[in-house]
Amino acid sequence: MDATNGRLAIQSTDNRVAPGEGKPGVSVISRGFGGREDRPGRAVPPGQYLTDDFPVLSAGPTPHIDTDDWRLDVRDVDGSTTSLTWAQLMALPSEEVTVDLHCVTRWSKHDTVWRGVSIDTILEDSESEAEYALIRSYGDYSTNLPLEDLLDGKAWIAFEYDGDDLPAEHGGPARLLVPHLYLWKSAKWVNAIELRNDDEPGFWETLGYHEYGDPWLEQRYIGD
Amino acid sequence: MQGTREATSQTPAAPRRTPSRWLRARILETRMETRSARTLVLDVPGWDGHDAGQHVDVRLTAPDGYTAQRSYSIASAATADELEITVQKVSGGEVSPYLVETAAVGDEFELRGPVGGWFRWRAVDDGPISLIGGGSGIVPLMAMIRAREQAGAMTPFHLTYSARTPDHLFYAHELYRAAEADPNLQVVYAFTRAGIASDIRRPGRLTSNDIAAIAGSNGAPARTFICGPNGFVESATQLLLDAGHAASSIRTERFGPSGG
Repeated sequence: MDATNGRLAIQSTDNRVAPGEGKPGVSVISRGFGGREDRPGRAVPPGQYLTDDFPVLSAGPTPHIDTDDWRLDVRDVDGSTTSLTWAQLMALPSEEVTVDLHCVTRWSKHDTVWRGVSIDTILEDSESEAEYALIRSYGDYSTNLPLEDLLDGKAWIAFEYDGDDLPAEHGGPARLLVPHLYLWKSAKWVNAIELRNDDEPGFWETLGYHEYGDPWLEQRYIGD
Repeated sequence: MQGTREATSQTPAAPRRTPSRWLRARILETRMETRSARTLVLDVPGWDGHDAGQHVDVRLTAPDGYTAQRSYSIASAATADELEITVQKVSGGEVSPYLVETAAVGDEFELRGPVGGWFRWRAVDDGPISLIGGGSGIVPLMAMIRAREQAGAMTPFHLTYSARTPDHLFYAHELYRAAEADPNLQVVYAFTRAGIASDIRRPGRLTSNDIAAIAGSNGAPARTFICGPNGFVESATQLLLDAGHAASSIRTERFGPSGG
């Protein structure tokens, strides 16, 4: 897949919504607020703003994992587990993808360039009929999503950012990259893909955040 | 979606759900904390409290319908229908310059929350508690100190507050008074550029000495909350790990170079 094909479709959503639209009963104009003069030209999801930086958000200390010790376990519903070493990951075909990132803390970043192995490749030999996946990370982080959101070219185990090894604070040596959902789904320091029949909530999903997290539907919190 | 909010039951196992309802907030009072940070006291009908450490989403709407949203930590202890946020102005930002410089008493915007179930402290939590704040990272930690006082809790608290100079301190007078009045509340300042003449500590970034002082005052912390810019949080966290603190006892909240 080339960079162009790898880019996610940008939906034609305009962030200039009418005040209070879809939020019955509230229409509050903030007197004297004009917004930036350079409002984003290309659409960002509702409630997001564009940044050129790459902010770091994580709930605890940054794990530092040596690639010699790194493993990616794939656990099927029946408990059978296959384990991938770093060398094995590196031996798999990888892709360069250019994608937009959307963090639930409201920043979006356009055209980020990653290299990683497609989850389609990782799960190629799996005949699992699981419907969900729980992603586990070094440092005890986890996040859940429907398995289909990991397949068909929508998700990668990413190990390079912008042409360099992925830094630890951004999830290196390898993180999940699933850019069509809010970035907390793109688990840093990924360690395991647990295939499941049921949808087991992950870390933020048990702390008030949305179970699915589609930025274009602004699914930030439970009930959105 | 309205009406999905549960009653605000506060069992430790089940964090309250986040309301999806946007509430109208009106500025009752403002206080400059430093030359570029301002506290807004907000009247928010329908607000029924929060846990210290949580934040709110703020939505501004321009007369032409353009909207912008940001998250801000809550600075106050829980009070019905009222809350305080402290906003640091970010140069080139879109929302913070409005909140720090333009908005006036009586102006309105929308907010919703509380948001965040991880970086929070409740009076029932085990202590001692260590708080480490860098710059405007003090805000959610101040909410914890205020909530502790509001609850009359005796939980030992140790705050390490890193700021560029004494001029950059938020809540300076309140923190000083609170620490004077309460032997279980230790407040230690770590200035990075310039302190005051009587400081024993030389200005500079946090060091292992600053970290050693935490356990020395109140005993080893059961939990440490660190909030600040990412570089600050990263180095403070590493110092704690090097000093033998368990990774699982450390909770962090980071803000990146961007924002606004």
